[in-house]
Amino acid sequence: MGEASGKMNNYDVVIVGAGPAGLAASIEAAGAGARVLLIDENNKPGGQLFKQIHKFFGSREHKAGTRGINIGTELLDDTEKLNIEVMLNTEVCGLTPDKKIWIIENKEISREITAGKIIIATGAYENSVQFDGWELPGVMGAGAAQTMINLNRVLPGHKVLMLGSGNVGVIVSYQLMQAGAEVAAIVEAAPTLGGYGVHTAKVARAGVPFYTSHTIKRAHGKNRVERVEIVQLDSNWKEIEGTEKIFDADTICLAVGLTPMVELIWLAGCKFTFIGSMGGYVPVHDRYMRTTVDGIYVAGDVAGIEEASTAMEEGRLAGISVAYDLNLIDDAQAEKRIEEIWTKLDSLRCGQFGEKRKTAKDRILEEGEGMILCHA
Amino acid sequence: MSCLKKCGAPSIEELRASPGFPTEEDYKTGNIAVIECIEQIPCNPCETSCPRGAINVGNPITNLPTIDLSKCTGCGICVVKCPGIAIHLMDINYNEDSAMITIPYEYLPLPQANDTVTLVDRMGKEVCEGKVEKILSSKAYDLTKLIKVSFDKKYYEEIISIKRI
Repeated sequence: MGEASGKMNNYDVVIVGAGPAGLAASIEAAGAGARVLLIDENNKPGGQLFKQIHKFFGSREHKAGTRGINIGTELLDDTEKLNIEVMLNTEVCGLTPDKKIWIIENKEISREITAGKIIIATGAYENSVQFDGWELPGVMGAGAAQTMINLNRVLPGHKVLMLGSGNVGVIVSYQLMQAGAEVAAIVEAAPTLGGYGVHTAKVARAGVPFYTSHTIKRAHGKNRVERVEIVQLDSNWKEIEGTEKIFDADTICLAVGLTPMVELIWLAGCKFTFIGSMGGYVPVHDRYMRTTVDGIYVAGDVAGIEEASTAMEEGRLAGISVAYDLNLIDDAQAEKRIEEIWTKLDSLRCGQFGEKRKTAKDRILEEGEGMILCHA
Repeated sequence: MSCLKKCGAPSIEELRASPGFPTEEDYKTGNIAVIECIEQIPCNPCETSCPRGAINVGNPITNLPTIDLSKCTGCGICVVKCPGIAIHLMDINYNEDSAMITIPYEYLPLPQANDTVTLVDRMGKEVCEGKVEKILSSKAYDLTKLIKVSFDKKYYEEIISIKRI
């Protein structure tokens, strides 16, 4: 192992993932006086925030009406003010229950560092679906297309067919049009559309047709996607022969859900539960974001797929409970902040969309019950 | 089956059943905010941005917004602040024959004042032509533009935006 870099090897808190959850967690922990290291495998911090060019929902405390990119900038400013050490282009390849972390910097230097507490905020990856021709160039995740247009300023194609009508599918469709592409159709296997009505309405008025109870049958093309064939599904999700429709398109975007990136949490030996609506296997945690392994915390999509606003709040929860567990803040302070944040989380998890997430989160928390906040 | 969850856009009946959408009488009162928010999502920038306190969401923030049109001056702040791009202004008595819509717009290129543009309905169907009267831009709008377009007033309930250029 190369120990030549001369860098510190021991931190109060190591946070894996510098997205909305990790950044918010680092700000809370460092603000309370902890020595924090924030690690991200990408060459920039911010996670998904910098490709979220739309204005956020929520209330004023959730930065509603502010574009994600600007929220990201504010969080980065805060981490700089607090002199938080950020290690980029760094992969965390392993960790142990006794908080040893194996990292590889710049794909070259392998090192081991140790942490008092670890917050895992690794986010999620995009799901895929298979159909004939899915391996053709031009088939990609909707999130990948969003990265291309909003971070790298590259248009993946000129005519896009979107599979999936959840918020990711409709928001990315809108942003693809903003970037200059045309959206041929949004195809949804379920009988009703998934995303917020305001998002579907803004792409509908741009002339994008929606096909519910439809899926992609195959992609045609020689060296890349040239045409897409969709087909209607019956109430048992079986293809109805003779209902095929063909669209000219050079790009197919898949917005078919996300899966929490939980590998490190498995490695640490944390207990899991399976909740399909939260993306599959999610780590059991309590309302302080503590897993079943002492000193390991989770926050954001890795603790159940939600959105950036909830990820930031969960990050703050994790940061505060880490600070508390390190004896950096007292009972009263911790409880006050935790209560405030839970009030905000509850307000984001209500209504016809939020209720489902609240019920799912409650299930995770129930399993984590009995893990009462106390000093070791 | 709800039109919103099937075709992507709300039907006029769904809109009329929501508390923020104006009645025929409301439309006659001047340049007013038309709120097309029919799903309970956690969101209230319309309420907090209104300088006259005309819009109410309250607690919980998933309530649908209501608007006191006697307080609405048609300033357009809620139009740019709504993250759902679900509010526009409508003045059905812009002049004898024309109504004027003020739409939030986030595409490029922008039309220019006096351009003739195509106006569309909620499903993106072309309805009629209109004339761009003014384009408003401000730092407070955070890159969203407000475009004011006059058009034949008989279409006022159908028109929602302009066709992308």
